[in-house]
Amino acid sequence: MNFLTTFYAIFFKEALHIKRDPVTLVVTIAIPIFQLIVFGYAIDMEVKNIPTAVCDADKGSGSRELISALVNTGYFDIKESVASEADLRDAIVAGRARVGIHIPPGFTAGGVNGRGASFQALVDGSDSSVAMQAVNVVNSVGLMQSVGKFGKADIEKLPVDARPRVLFNPDLKSANFFVPGLVGLIMQIVTVFLTAFAVVREKENGTIETLLATPLSRGGLMLGKLLPYAFVGFFEICVVLTLMRFVFGVRVNGDVGLLLLMCFVFLFTALGLGLLISTVAKNQAQAMQMALLVMLPSVLLSGFVFPRESMPAIIYYFSFLIPLTYFIEILRGIILRGADLMSLWSQSLALAVYGAAILSVSALRFSKKLS
Amino acid sequence: MSAIIQLEKLTRKFGSMTAVKDVSFGVEKGSIFGFLGPNGSGKSTVIRMLCGLLEPTSGDAWLDGASVREDSERIKRNIGYMSQSFSLYRDLTVEENLAFYGRIYGLGRERLRKRVAESMEMSGIASKRKQLSGTLSGGWKQRLALACSMLHEPGIIFLDEPTAGIDPVARRDLWELLFRLSKDGVTLFVTTHYMDEAERCTHIGYIFLSELMVCGKPAELKRLPEVTPAGTVWLEATSDRITQALGLMKKAEGVLDATIFGESLHIRAAAEFGEREASLALAAGGVSLESFRVVKPSLEDVFVSLTRERLNARGAA
Ligand SMILES: Nc1ncnc2c1ncn2[C@@H]1O[C@H](COP(=O)(O)OP(=O)(O)OP(=O)(O)O)[C@@H](O)[C@H]1O
Ligand SMILES: [Mg+2]
Repeated sequence: MNFLTTFYAIFFKEALHIKRDPVTLVVTIAIPIFQLIVFGYAIDMEVKNIPTAVCDADKGSGSRELISALVNTGYFDIKESVASEADLRDAIVAGRARVGIHIPPGFTAGGVNGRGASFQALVDGSDSSVAMQAVNVVNSVGLMQSVGKFGKADIEKLPVDARPRVLFNPDLKSANFFVPGLVGLIMQIVTVFLTAFAVVREKENGTIETLLATPLSRGGLMLGKLLPYAFVGFFEICVVLTLMRFVFGVRVNGDVGLLLLMCFVFLFTALGLGLLISTVAKNQAQAMQMALLVMLPSVLLSGFVFPRESMPAIIYYFSFLIPLTYFIEILRGIILRGADLMSLWSQSLALAVYGAAILSVSALRFSKKLS
Repeated sequence: MSAIIQLEKLTRKFGSMTAVKDVSFGVEKGSIFGFLGPNGSGKSTVIRMLCGLLEPTSGDAWLDGASVREDSERIKRNIGYMSQSFSLYRDLTVEENLAFYGRIYGLGRERLRKRVAESMEMSGIASKRKQLSGTLSGGWKQRLALACSMLHEPGIIFLDEPTAGIDPVARRDLWELLFRLSKDGVTLFVTTHYMDEAERCTHIGYIFLSELMVCGKPAELKRLPEVTPAGTVWLEATSDRITQALGLMKKAEGVLDATIFGESLHIRAAAEFGEREASLALAAGGVSLESFRVVKPSLEDVFVSLTRERLNARGAA
């Protein structure tokens, strides 16, 4: 009875706050969309058009063939041709090129007379993903070139033939990898901030003083605070998923209903996190800092950017403490692999338990006394 | 008559600082209890403990038989609280604020509509019903807060400096409203710094340096022996040149203290100090005495004397 009256009163009032301040609402809805578009395009692990410098000391048919093979991969963009290996180094140090190809004299001849031809690729290792990509491509171009020196008959006699096939993301588009993770991250950002602010505002404006002198129900207050922002968050999810499908072309391979359900579970975990912050923070500036403190590990350690498998053991286990970790696995599972609830049960259970725990802790911490 | 509010050694510390120390007193049902004391003496802290907003460090208080330590949720149903600083929603209108609190107290639709209209009428804020409360002027904010505190018809209302910063007419209206509520049996617990308001209260408590110094009806306080020690009297004198007169009086034999009060001198003196002595003292400076009479001490005299005495006792100790 008391629970319902409190809930109704608070819910209605929060809705009025949202209505009175439409700018905040528009900004909170617009920012994630903007983020999705910017990040969705910017976080692109496929590295193309790496600026490259070439020092061709051979100037023969073999070296020309090698250079055009490199260019044809699409990964290298020849920015300049230089005369010496020292100039190649300079170009990299100065940042004009990230890769330097040095083809020594006698490259063509060595390939023909069977003594062996070698060329050198200098790779700027300061951006590891660019460097990795360049090394891989140079290796495979080198291999192709060697194999090309054999006759066709010889190739068929190669003893091992590895034929990898990539499932679920056949084009290896990084949008497929990033956008589902981004959906989770954006949801967390919006809901944590909105709820944390909704409660802390009452402390900052002093309205909590009159509010706590009433016989309100704690649960009703919390639910009344959460639910309006859950609606905003859910609306946001729908917008972001639509963008994912139609702007980034990422299809949902699994059940959309299950996807939305899991989004709702995560939503309450994130809202609970916001509420927990609001029980500690005294003003909006503090709440902001704490929300950022939560956000940083979520971005870095949840597997959103870096694969968790390659993390050091401590950090790997720490990442189990981040709710976004589970949610991103669920998102990728449903969206990319078409996974069903059965195959995602452990992550789903973990997320649900997490959500319930966070909500209960913040409910317990939420004090009806002034500090 | 049994007390509807009873404090028993109520104490609150903030860290090592004691804001309220062993305060005990009772407030009778239907009275207008004026709670006075200098800034920082602990008035608001006492009210917050009584409203269940702050946990007492030790001691307890009972409102209508319910303990603030054990039963603060039950107490909250039957009290109204108007805090010292404005603490309503600035982005909601006057009417929306009232409706929100009505809903929190669980008023049904019909009763809510009726009570919102009535309380706006009583506090005279009906004309501003559609205005955002953040844009109201200070005095109107006070009236809105007052309307909010009595919306659900509580039996006890706590008003923390309800008249701070409001104009004299509004102040008179507010006091008329308080008298009306008190006549209907509502108990009012009011803090103020205005002596004229203190005079209007049925009962008064005076708190100084976190401790309660006196509590009682205004007339009783004025008769306290500490205020008028044996062998002393309170006098009022007028003169044509009041400032010179004050200087002369202070130096006169038998005068303990003198201040200007409006157009007259307010004097505390030994019982032997009569009209003849006063006239002589002034004549020495060429100033004439126009009128002279023995008066009762004012509430201000009461508080000043008690405070001085307490400070002297501390100094001596
Ligand atoms: N939350 C708090 N934390 C620390 N100290 C506090 C807190 N609230 C009040 N105090 C201190 O307790 C003392 C009493 O404060 P209180 O607000 O009760 O005074 P007051 O009598 O209402 O004063 P005023 O007439 O100025 O309103 C003050 O010294 C104040 O600084
Ligand atoms: Mg105060």
